[in-house]
Amino acid sequence: MADVDYQALVLPYRRSADQDSTEPARHRVVVVGAGPIGLTMAIDLAQRGIAVLVLDDDDRLSNGSRAICFSKRALEIWDRLGCGRRMVDKGVRWNTGRVFFGEAEVYNFDLLPETGHGLPAFINLQQYYCEGYLLERAEDFPGIEIRWRNKVTGIDARPDGARLTVDTPDGPYDVEADWVIAADGSRSPLRAMMGLEAKGRVFKDRFLIADVRMTADFPSERWFWFDPPFHPNQSVLLHRQPDNVWRIDFQLGWDADPVAERQPERVLPRVRALLGPEAQFELEWCSVYTFACQRMERFRHGRVLFAGDAAHGVSPFGARGANSGVQDTDNLAWKLALVLGGRAPEGLIDSYGIEREYAADENILNSTRATDFITPKTGVSRVFRDAVLDLARDCPFARRLVNSGRLSVPATLHGSPLNTPDIDDFAGLMVPGAVCADAPVLRDGQPGWFLQGLGDDFTLLCFDHGPADALVVGRDLIDAEGLLARRYDARPGTCYLLRPDQHVAARWRRHDPDLVRAALARATGHP
Amino acid sequence: MMLNTEPNIAAPDDFYEALIDLHRDLTPEQSAAVNARLILLLANHIGDAEVLAQAMARAKSGI
Repeated sequence: MADVDYQALVLPYRRSADQDSTEPARHRVVVVGAGPIGLTMAIDLAQRGIAVLVLDDDDRLSNGSRAICFSKRALEIWDRLGCGRRMVDKGVRWNTGRVFFGEAEVYNFDLLPETGHGLPAFINLQQYYCEGYLLERAEDFPGIEIRWRNKVTGIDARPDGARLTVDTPDGPYDVEADWVIAADGSRSPLRAMMGLEAKGRVFKDRFLIADVRMTADFPSERWFWFDPPFHPNQSVLLHRQPDNVWRIDFQLGWDADPVAERQPERVLPRVRALLGPEAQFELEWCSVYTFACQRMERFRHGRVLFAGDAAHGVSPFGARGANSGVQDTDNLAWKLALVLGGRAPEGLIDSYGIEREYAADENILNSTRATDFITPKTGVSRVFRDAVLDLARDCPFARRLVNSGRLSVPATLHGSPLNTPDIDDFAGLMVPGAVCADAPVLRDGQPGWFLQGLGDDFTLLCFDHGPADALVVGRDLIDAEGLLARRYDARPGTCYLLRPDQHVAARWRRHDPDLVRAALARATGHP
Repeated sequence: MMLNTEPNIAAPDDFYEALIDLHRDLTPEQSAAVNARLILLLANHIGDAEVLAQAMARAKSGI
């Protein structure tokens, strides 16, 4: 099947019955923004049986490749939502990163040296494919209604919900919601309308993105240059995308003119300097950007919940933007579904803010450190940066200091109020708050992956033996290579309570129904 | 672990001479690069975060 040209797709505005109603129609959940975060949120809620209205001010998907680097964790979430495999099939897989200083490679690294995971460490995929696949998945759910060219221009937040004023080609109308998810991007109009702001560090640097289409024999790897001869004193990043498109990211410095640098006559010589005089290529898309590392103080404001770039922003080094936004929705959807279904108190939603603000801080810390390494702010930090790169050639310790972006791994939610602290001894990474590790398993004799079988609800995972309603390793699935037991430090009788978003809530060395009940109550916000 | 500020180098005059010789005929920029590499190599050799923090604090005191 030929690919849809998602960038050319015009999504038609249609008049809705809400626009003719005398009293504002009330919806349970309104998501503002049909980008990757808003669409993921809508799909997750709809898959849990919650009807969602999505409002978007535009009638197009992403223009340009934008977020191209999707992490294993985001793919696992999309896999649970029924569209992750499609992205993996289309995307370019890569595991190797190379770092160059001046003319020479100083070292290379493997992102996922460990095998036995269902999904790759990263894929590169243009944002318009990601959004296109999400949109097509959303269309599978009758409970999702997307209204294009519906621009929210006002919000009246109340204790039991919010009233939104929405502008359309037919004029404005009002709509009410029990809950509003603001996924309206880094310049979030909703955030501004509510008098809120995201605070942090703005970096005084400019970067040029140039996407070029060419048939080249570069491998599917991430190449990062510090101070290369073809672009002295600045950094350059080269990445492969599907359809023979290559992303090249040039650091320009703060004094660069953002309008002039976007012009093809300025862009083409920079690309040519990298690719060499013989290269045949055409310019696909380019953009000049700056960035800030910042977040809102709180992501929950009563019944209005901020997610993705609206809530937090990071530098692009490390693929922490869209990937962390998708984890916001993964964290929020099950909680909201439980609250709306009367199975959890409204206070559970506070844990969304607590957990994702913590994760955002971790992302911002990593992103800020990478940015300081890539763009040293003082003479002495430049001297140390270059010393690290020089030593990295032959001193393994220095390679650990090179920071061209620590690529996004999910936060372990240490200290979350939903975690039940360990009372038994365990080793390894699967502490309460950690994202569940994957492993190859057999189900009904068929090979598959552990995470694929977890579903949308809590799971009690037991090793060797356990109650009827548990997922028992050895009974319901086979730990084909013993990796599941190793990664969960399991012995016969060990059990884990896993959250709907595939985080560890609690674990014990033997099953005790009272302890499981208490942990479940805690993980669902019951006092 | 505590930062050792007691004598620990067997031949202190030899060490000091070697340190000064290291920078002979270097431009200030080259010296800065050598010093930065030296700090990184020694810091990794020490490894202990507490010792490094104490050394950094002592180095900055009075400035």
